Amino acid sequence: MLRKEVIIENELGLHARPAAKLAETAKRYRAKIYLKKGSRKAEAHSILDVLALACTKGSVVEVIAEGEEAERALSEIVALLSSRGA
Amino acid sequence: MKRLKGIGVSPGVAIGPAYLLLTGHLKITRRILKPEEVTREIRRFHRALEATIEDLKEVKRHIPEEMVHPLSIIDAHILMLKDPSLVRETENLIKESLVNAEWALRKVLKKYQQIFKELGDFYLRERIRDLEHLIDKVIFTLQGQNNHVSLNQPAVIVAHDLSPADTARLRPDTTQAFVTEVGSRTSHTAIVAKSLGIPAVVAVKGVTEEVNPGDLLIVDGLAGEVIVNPTQEVIEEFLDRRLECQERRALLTRHAKEPAVTLDGHRIAVRANIELLDELPLALELGAEGVGLYRTEYLYVTRKALPSEEELFETYRQVVEGFKPEIVTFRTLDIGGDKFATKLDLPEEINPALGLRAIRLCLKSPTLFKTQLRAILRASLYGHVRIMFPMISGLGELRRAKTFVQEVVEELRKEGLRFETLPAIGAMIEIPSAVAIADLLAQEVDFFSIGTNDLIQYALAIDRGNEHVAHLYEPLHPAVLRLIKQIVTAGHEAGIEVAMCGEMAGEVFYLPLLVGFGLDELSMNPQSIPAVKNLIRRLNFTECQKLVEEALKLSTPEEIRVLVLSWFEERDLTLFWDYS
Repeated sequence: MLRKEVIIENELGLHARPAAKLAETAKRYRAKIYLKKGSRKAEAHSILDVLALACTKGSVVEVIAEGEEAERALSEIVALLSSRGA
Repeated sequence: MKRLKGIGVSPGVAIGPAYLLLTGHLKITRRILKPEEVTREIRRFHRALEATIEDLKEVKRHIPEEMVHPLSIIDAHILMLKDPSLVRETENLIKESLVNAEWALRKVLKKYQQIFKELGDFYLRERIRDLEHLIDKVIFTLQGQNNHVSLNQPAVIVAHDLSPADTARLRPDTTQAFVTEVGSRTSHTAIVAKSLGIPAVVAVKGVTEEVNPGDLLIVDGLAGEVIVNPTQEVIEEFLDRRLECQERRALLTRHAKEPAVTLDGHRIAVRANIELLDELPLALELGAEGVGLYRTEYLYVTRKALPSEEELFETYRQVVEGFKPEIVTFRTLDIGGDKFATKLDLPEEINPALGLRAIRLCLKSPTLFKTQLRAILRASLYGHVRIMFPMISGLGELRRAKTFVQEVVEELRKEGLRFETLPAIGAMIEIPSAVAIADLLAQEVDFFSIGTNDLIQYALAIDRGNEHVAHLYEPLHPAVLRLIKQIVTAGHEAGIEVAMCGEMAGEVFYLPLLVGFGLDELSMNPQSIPAVKNLIRRLNFTECQKLVEEALKLSTPEEIRVLVLSWFEERDLTLFWDYS
């Protein structure tokens, strides 16, 4: 199981469009990918659960990946979350 | 087959498939599944999800290419519908609680509503609206809404309630009947249904739960009954009844165009309440001797922009010319209260019935008022026009309104219009204070028109739109009868005519009393005219006057009702109630 912390950079936070992009990306991997904020955890490909995490700009989020291609998945998702456009 | 009871507010019998109008109040029934039904229910849920996703993709295909964001909000919506948590939880509820998919979805939505409500971020919190909207779409698909009935086919409209905007969207030619969960005899649905001649039943408890889209409904707008999925036998019985109704109506209508004169030679003008230009041919056909109440709000409530003077004038001219040489009585804008104007930026009011509406609003918005008065006065050159002001509560308002009319007349004269006679000016008597000073008002107007709907509402302090107190709305309340008596007396002593244009005027049951009061004109929805005229011809004015004297001695609505009932029975006139 791999973990990495990221800070959300998008002005509006992880809103509908970036959450959709995240879900689309996560779905391409067989690995299980989670986002964890504080004590709450959401599957990355559940857009509703991700939105409900309320990751506003500046939130610290832990990305967790396990299983096949976990390493590639983790780095792609981390890059996505820390980009301003996400 | 299931029979539901409500209040019949517009007579006639209709048979057709149900169309459930989404009003945000649509209720969902909980259906308990048998264990063997679970798999099928889950399949049904998935099919509805997929169909809704397909609809969204279709929408996306129609967006111009240059506007499509690589990952648009529609994609986010599609992902919400495919959301694994949402799907899993709904499936689990179906499996474990053995409930139908609609119910399960609603429960899952509630959970998300709870979670999102707690979110600190406004933007994210508002995303729940997207999910609510999407789940509504799925539920509609589940109920087969889009597959069975479209509004372009004949259908019975079923809704929690119908707002003026809802009814304006419906097509009169394909609307077979209205059925609503709430409402009363005087609610907007009732008025529109009557004016269009469409059967309607209101206050049918639980109808949005009991009826599924596409169910076959029989609507009896006289008996106030709705039959869901009737048997073949019942269908045939109703078709027979419909034919009978039509025959009876044809019989009544044969004499509709003749005047309404009592057996002892007392003539009463019977006029129509209209709202739309489209109602003109039917009103004439049914024997309207002109218009006693032209509701002029329609052009204001159905569109985004305020109507122009030209547009108003053009519509008014057609109405006035259509009824020429008979009178058309314009009620100036009666907006506010239970109606609303799209472009009038009105503040929200806690108590709209007592708020800024009708003549109060017009006096406060000179441009709005003058534009309408200009259009009415211009149209008056094409026929016989009267003008009346709604919600007059005192002399000051009446005088100011009349000043506006004078100013507009001067303006138009300067512009070269020649008025040989100016329209008669009347006051609507619908506020108790106006009744109390009716003798004073009568000195300054040419006629009175009693608006019973509001008068009863204000006199008895009953909100007729409130289902909990609507039953207390009672035209036969001794107070109401005394008020009517006072208005007619004040009017006649001043030598002016007194009309009645509320719903009460079109109810055959009250007719002997109304004739006995000495009202000069009764104005009603066109559908009621043949029956009212027919009964007037069988009444004796002197006897009706005696009936009023007797009624005024009684102390409760119940006693008065019994008196009128036995009066009808003694004369063998009860037959004339059933007029559909």
